[in-house]
Amino acid sequence: MPSPTTEPLIEFDRVDKSFGDLKVLDELSFRVDPGERVTLIGPSGSGKTTILRLLMTLERVTPKADPERDGGVVWLEGEPYSHMEKRGRLVPANEQWLRRRRSRVGMVFQQFNLFPNMKVLRNVTEAQVHVAGRSKEEAEAKALDLLDLVGLAEKTGEYPSRLSGGQQQRVAIARALAMDPDVLLLDEVTSALDPELVADVLAVLRDVAGSTSITMLCVTHEMGFARDVSDRVMMFDGGRIVEQGPPEAMFSEPQEARTQDFLRAVLAE
Amino acid sequence: MDFEAVIESLPRYGEPLLVTVGVTAASAALALVLAFALGLMTASRRLAVRAPARVFVEFFRGSSVVVQLFWFAYAMPVVLGVQFDHLIAAGVIALGLNYGAYCSEVVRGAIAAVPQGQLEASVALNLTPLQRMRLVVLPQAWPEMIPSLCAFAIMLLKASALVSVIGILDITWLAGLIGKQPGQDRLLHYAVVLVIYFVLAWLIWTGMRALERRAKRGLGVDARPAKGRLAPAVAAGGAR
Repeated sequence: MPSPTTEPLIEFDRVDKSFGDLKVLDELSFRVDPGERVTLIGPSGSGKTTILRLLMTLERVTPKADPERDGGVVWLEGEPYSHMEKRGRLVPANEQWLRRRRSRVGMVFQQFNLFPNMKVLRNVTEAQVHVAGRSKEEAEAKALDLLDLVGLAEKTGEYPSRLSGGQQQRVAIARALAMDPDVLLLDEVTSALDPELVADVLAVLRDVAGSTSITMLCVTHEMGFARDVSDRVMMFDGGRIVEQGPPEAMFSEPQEARTQDFLRAVLAE
Repeated sequence: MDFEAVIESLPRYGEPLLVTVGVTAASAALALVLAFALGLMTASRRLAVRAPARVFVEFFRGSSVVVQLFWFAYAMPVVLGVQFDHLIAAGVIALGLNYGAYCSEVVRGAIAAVPQGQLEASVALNLTPLQRMRLVVLPQAWPEMIPSLCAFAIMLLKASALVSVIGILDITWLAGLIGKQPGQDRLLHYAVVLVIYFVLAWLIWTGMRALERRAKRGLGVDARPAKGRLAPAVAAGGAR
């Protein structure tokens, strides 16, 4: 478990993110330690998903004029991530830089986003072969291990369109893990599922959390899962952190009125 | 009506039929290559890539094929000093460029229709932009292009008759020529041509249907016409 002396794996330093006139993240700063499991909660539009999308480089931070002085930079493993160094100065990262760095991060999406043109096995091997440079045999062996972990070893020859949502999502988890990321981002991974399929997906994630030291950032409305798995819960509203703490404290005695209101509304569902 | 005269002159259709088929096939091949090149370029986020392709597409879509045929056959040799040994090359190029410009919009549209989530997943797996296109986007966009490309291929078949304006003898022109001869019935000859075009169009259509079915099978979707069967689940994240 994380100790206070370790260098943070992820650091947001006064990060702004705007979409046009809409400011989604406002001078946001926080750190995540290696191996830490963090759950992000908050009303929709509070910026939680944007944080994951910035970490997956699907969005870019809104640049500041002087990043050395004013921040606005995401750091990963002590090195700039949203930015890169150019002639001793931090400038917004280009695609080459991102390609070098983003392999440390993997993501599972709300809508699974499996590749429909590839069967299950190839969904899990494709990036291993083309990006990680593994041999086909090595990639397949790893894929089979992971598909076994998520309980879908017998579905390797199926197209995603033949699977239920829950099965697709479990394949998506295997696909993300196959790239051996240090950080796994989970973006409302059960929100698109029928209620009876949620439990299987959460069981797989509990399994992953229990058996690996992977760092997890999780946006979810599954408070039971958040309580079981996370080391820390962060409550967001308006692109800022309202309150954060260990799950027991956050769920049983939240200090802020907005957190209390939010939890009341979610738990009443 | 003199059917016998028509039947006796049928062998004369042989060579012009080859011209019609050849011009259609060659310009379709050129059009397909151009369609992908221009479609990928017009889908680019870079203005320097997108702009020239857009200008090219709009120019060829916005000007008449007949004028383009004349231009490649007669004006280009004078203006640019480029002369084709065979006028048929001018015909193939004019039709190929024209239909390539039209079909590039089909390619661009199909690429744009691939769900954003597919691109995001391929970024998350750290595929290069080229790998994203080759492994994820094009294999999903291709089955969507086929029906529209099929329609354009059939239009191109019929437009191949336009090569007669630069003096290339195809089946349409031949029908008119023979029909004028004594003892021949022009209407019957045009009826022959009608049937030939229909058969050729049907062949194209059948081929494209088979191609489409194969392509859709590659997405795990059964593309046979539904008979008492529910529509197959849409592949991309459709099944919940």
